[in-house]
Amino acid sequence: MTLSISISQYTQKLRDGELSSEEFIAQTLERINNVEKNLHAFISINENAIDQAKQIDKKIKAKEKVGACFGMPISIKDNICTKGMKTTCASKMLEDFVAPYDATVVSKLKSEDAIIIGKANLDEFAMGSTTEYSYFGPSRNPWNTDYVPGGSSGGSGVSVSALECIASLGSDTGGSVRSPASFCSVVGLKPTYGLISRYGLVSFANSIEQIGPLARTVEDVAFILNIIAGRDSHDNTTIENGTPDYTKDLDVGVSGKKIGIISEMVGEGVDKDVQSSTKHAISTFEKLGAQCIPISIDSAEHSVAAYYTLASAEASSNLARFDNLRYGYDFSVEGYEYNSYISKVRSSLGPEVTRRMLLGTFVLSAGYYGKYYQKAQKVRSLIKSQLDESFKKVDLLLAPTMPILPFKIGEKIDDPLKIYLLDINTIIANLSGIPAISVPYSIANGLPIGIQLFANSLQEKQLLQSAHALQKTTNLPGVPI
Amino acid sequence: MTKIGLEIHCQLTKLESKLFCSCKADYRSFEPNSNICPVCMGLPGSLPILNKKSVEKAAMLSIALGCKIPPKIGFFRKNYFYPDLPKNFQITQYNAYGPTSIGYDGMIMIEDKEIRIRRIQLEEDPGRLVYSGSSEKTQITLVDYNRAGTPLVEIVTEPDFENPKQVRIFLNILADLVENLGVADPYLEGAFRVDGNISIEKGNRVEIKNVGSFRDIEKALHFEITRQQSLAERGILIPAETRHWDEARKITVSSRSKEEEQDYRYFPEEDIPKIIIEKTLIDNLKKTMPESIMSKKEKYINKYGIPTQVAEVLSSDKFYSDLFEQSHTEKNTKEIANLITTDLKGFADTKEQREQLKLTPKHLCDLADSILSNKITRASGKMALQEILKTGKPLSEVISSLDLGHVDDESSLVKAIDEVFTEEQKAVSEAKQNPDTINYLVGKVMRKTKGKSDPSLTLDIIRKKLDSQ
Ligand SMILES: [Zn+2]
Repeated sequence: MTLSISISQYTQKLRDGELSSEEFIAQTLERINNVEKNLHAFISINENAIDQAKQIDKKIKAKEKVGACFGMPISIKDNICTKGMKTTCASKMLEDFVAPYDATVVSKLKSEDAIIIGKANLDEFAMGSTTEYSYFGPSRNPWNTDYVPGGSSGGSGVSVSALECIASLGSDTGGSVRSPASFCSVVGLKPTYGLISRYGLVSFANSIEQIGPLARTVEDVAFILNIIAGRDSHDNTTIENGTPDYTKDLDVGVSGKKIGIISEMVGEGVDKDVQSSTKHAISTFEKLGAQCIPISIDSAEHSVAAYYTLASAEASSNLARFDNLRYGYDFSVEGYEYNSYISKVRSSLGPEVTRRMLLGTFVLSAGYYGKYYQKAQKVRSLIKSQLDESFKKVDLLLAPTMPILPFKIGEKIDDPLKIYLLDINTIIANLSGIPAISVPYSIANGLPIGIQLFANSLQEKQLLQSAHALQKTTNLPGVPI
Repeated sequence: MTKIGLEIHCQLTKLESKLFCSCKADYRSFEPNSNICPVCMGLPGSLPILNKKSVEKAAMLSIALGCKIPPKIGFFRKNYFYPDLPKNFQITQYNAYGPTSIGYDGMIMIEDKEIRIRRIQLEEDPGRLVYSGSSEKTQITLVDYNRAGTPLVEIVTEPDFENPKQVRIFLNILADLVENLGVADPYLEGAFRVDGNISIEKGNRVEIKNVGSFRDIEKALHFEITRQQSLAERGILIPAETRHWDEARKITVSSRSKEEEQDYRYFPEEDIPKIIIEKTLIDNLKKTMPESIMSKKEKYINKYGIPTQVAEVLSSDKFYSDLFEQSHTEKNTKEIANLITTDLKGFADTKEQREQLKLTPKHLCDLADSILSNKITRASGKMALQEILKTGKPLSEVISSLDLGHVDDESSLVKAIDEVFTEEQKAVSEAKQNPDTINYLVGKVMRKTKGKSDPSLTLDIIRKKLDSQ
């Protein structure tokens, strides 16, 4: 038995009685035990996983109705609420927080008999692109543990890549699912805004972010998407998607499809290895019968500035609730009055979160709202309308997910602007709400490179079909750890 | 010239649930912090779900106050740190970037004065702070979040009031109006809260907050006018500031806080997508919403011929007008209006009295019909009403148990009159000369028959008897 099994293989084996959930969970926990000291993908591990697996095995034996997941282990980014397990957001601020409810995505997975194997590491409150800003320490890239795994859903990417689970849920605010997918050589999807309920996702930038699945294959991502997508009465921003079966017709191919190559994202500033990998992917698509044409999205140039303005503005308000008065970490109020207590307890927020609180408070303050916040919203509309125009000409857009290869831990941490620029290729999907996916495509110097595809809103099916076609052409080595 | 503007916070007490979650809007009967959930406590990961009915109630109020309603409404976050605010921001509406609040640019008339309504906005109430501890040193602040998220509308007027009396009249009309519309019970504790702003000639604008009851706002405004005038007379500049009403001392006190300087960093609440207000919704509300006080009053006067003063009392009180609408037929309108506005007085004035009342619309209808058909006298009617209020028994039963039925049997009436003529010989001879004293004799007969005899029939018989003597 191998832990690198696909979801369809796993469920088939469980159905046939060749494998039990308990066996698989036990082996997964052993694997976690072996690799975690080098990787630090998890903040916490589910202590009851084996018991939960036994319960599911019992149902299978008794031929009772079993959920589609058959007890498979799934990791959840630790900014998504899980009842009875801590949800820390990798912050001192929520060190002891246990949500009294499950996020909608978590309860959907549980009702399909998935086992939440553990809570995955992230940059504090999902603010970061390398997972180095976790209060509990960084996660490491399983392809080379001196290197960052991307972020902010670094723990999710690492746990899937290093066979510590079958799939994971991350959240993508500016590329936070796709970045670790690319750096760790797994598939990561940022769905259309509103396709997946955010109820239970601790808000960072609520108008921008979406929960998204990470898995080792496009097929597996489609499987998870089937379970978690759809309108939710707990989230007013969710939209009707007609509940298509994303796993159906994945094999239709790309023949006759028009793919736009985003000119601004393949030229200057992009690493040579990434450039050549991208060129290769383009020629692969052409060989598969797609037509690739260059397309300019010049507003993307301003996307990083607009994104950090809007996301920080929303964050400054979303994170205001963390005053440690109703929940949080152990810190006595004795000797403080209200304002001094709040400033004292909030000083435990890490440097990146503090930076964005300050930036967000500033851009919303009187006299600056028009200059920054409203201007950023204008950039956002411009990006949206340019993308709308593009999708009149092409079915999909293509760009490398990350402009550079993974780099060493600590290499860029002192230069926030450089880290912000890592998001240059991913942010347009968040600002416009369209779906995007990162597919592992090649390895250079032992480090993974991912190719990113974008589709128009609610065109996940088409996006997955094309990503699947591309992934089928690759033959990448297994994870070295 | 004195200019006064108002901000009225009116809870939508007639709604079932809070503005963004399913906790009860009526938080008053709960133990502290037991009417709460992840949403109104702002727990990490929770999201607001808009109570659609609140939009309808607020739209109804906007229509009634002559406001425009925008094609789309949206919500904003008002950011500030305060212990009663679980998220450290309040979800409200904001018109600085174009009208997106449920109502704007309205107007109502008070007497002959136009009071313009700047806007009506839907928002959530914060929790409540309770101070406890016996001395300054042991003082602690407790927070009860039961109220957090309660739906309310803030009604903001233009500074169109010239004196505190106009404010009082306006607030009385407004309170009657929200009650009549069925959006709120303004007399519930904390349900109707008023802040004011006031400036006198050449003076700066002063805000008055923390006025507990809306009756006190008039006192607070009077105090401010006197205070500001005395400053002005001494040539002292009136500073722009916020002052709090000190209920115990009946004065306003400078609040010294930096409230005016506070920057709330308003920006759109994206967790609640913009809501399209369809024209059909507005048309429907207009059709189905309770009739306005003004239109009721006009109908009572013009259609039913009820005297103006009676119509005013009847229409401005929702309890009265509901009772009237449910009980009257085409023929007994005036009699029922009379019964409600005069005979019911003293028995249905307070909320408690009204709740305990055993009177049904059928009672009133029967009573009016019996009076109109001379089955009982008005005086007996009043007695019957009082008995019904206590017991709730049907009118027929009350009439027979109290023996209030008319002495319609002429022979026994004639007998009673004969007796009075024997007993009151002096009055009889006077009445022959002076017809004005006949009423004295009628009264004596009424007393003898315990008020049951028909006064006009009695008068007829007495007249005939006098003539024949
Ligand atoms: Zn609630």
